[in-house]
Amino acid sequence: MNTLTLVRRIKARPSIVFDALTTAEGIAAWWGPDDLPVVGAEVDARVGGAYRVRFRSLDGREHEANGVFLELVAPRRIVMSYRYSLGGEDEERGRTSRIEFELAPFAGGTDLTFTHVDLANEASVRSHARGWGGALDKLVEHWADPGDAAHTNTEN
Amino acid sequence: MVNYSQPQPDLDRVFATLADPTRRAILAQLAQVESLSVSALAEPFAIKLPAVMKHLDVLGAAGLITRNKRGRTVDVRLSARPLRGASEWLRDYERFWSPALDRLVAHAERKEAELRAVKRRRKPR
Repeated sequence: MNTLTLVRRIKARPSIVFDALTTAEGIAAWWGPDDLPVVGAEVDARVGGAYRVRFRSLDGREHEANGVFLELVAPRRIVMSYRYSLGGEDEERGRTSRIEFELAPFAGGTDLTFTHVDLANEASVRSHARGWGGALDKLVEHWADPGDAAHTNTEN
Repeated sequence: MVNYSQPQPDLDRVFATLADPTRRAILAQLAQVESLSVSALAEPFAIKLPAVMKHLDVLGAAGLITRNKRGRTVDVRLSARPLRGASEWLRDYERFWSPALDRLVAHAERKEAELRAVKRRRKPR
């Protein structure tokens, strides 16, 4: 399971950061890889509600991200499913991932932890189809073994 | 831009394999030399040879090392290609999200400043 974590210290109260993440106006102000205006955003901020963001990249192509709010705890935590399509065409093919925003208040601001977890990418879907699933499960059991964990004291 | 059309085989396995600190330490050792025998590789670790062999099996299955039998010893080598695949995945996503989060920070801080300015104006003298 692939995971990317990014952190930011923001000089703004959690409620403001939460609004920026859960309103169409807020999302339109920052979403996308390049410094270009978002084409459009629709946000239904409740658990089970959908969001949709259209944006352009510098190469001129239009993209859309969409998904559903899985958890919403104002102003502390947001979990969304995340699907991505290129050129406006839906290329889901089992590629749903999850993004999480964790908001922790500090004096004068918010510590934001962002996590993108790739849940079921094409590669893992295919590898499961090929029968690697069992091997991966064994690998998971292998690290879950506390006897094994006791040996992992070599990290410096 | 994240390129979703390119398949990235074995990436889940690479990440799963890297989740273990002993296996990361083994890879770090191999990164410094051309190749090492299994016993030389096991030496710095406070674990028994069979446990090291088990880790090497996992690393081998993920394609992160190759093993060659030479007479009575087995030489272990780092195989960097799957590692590059894993770091590319992270780099692509980071390239997507990092500037977006920077803009989120700027947007939220601007909103905070606006809110404070409004509150200052409303404050009775």
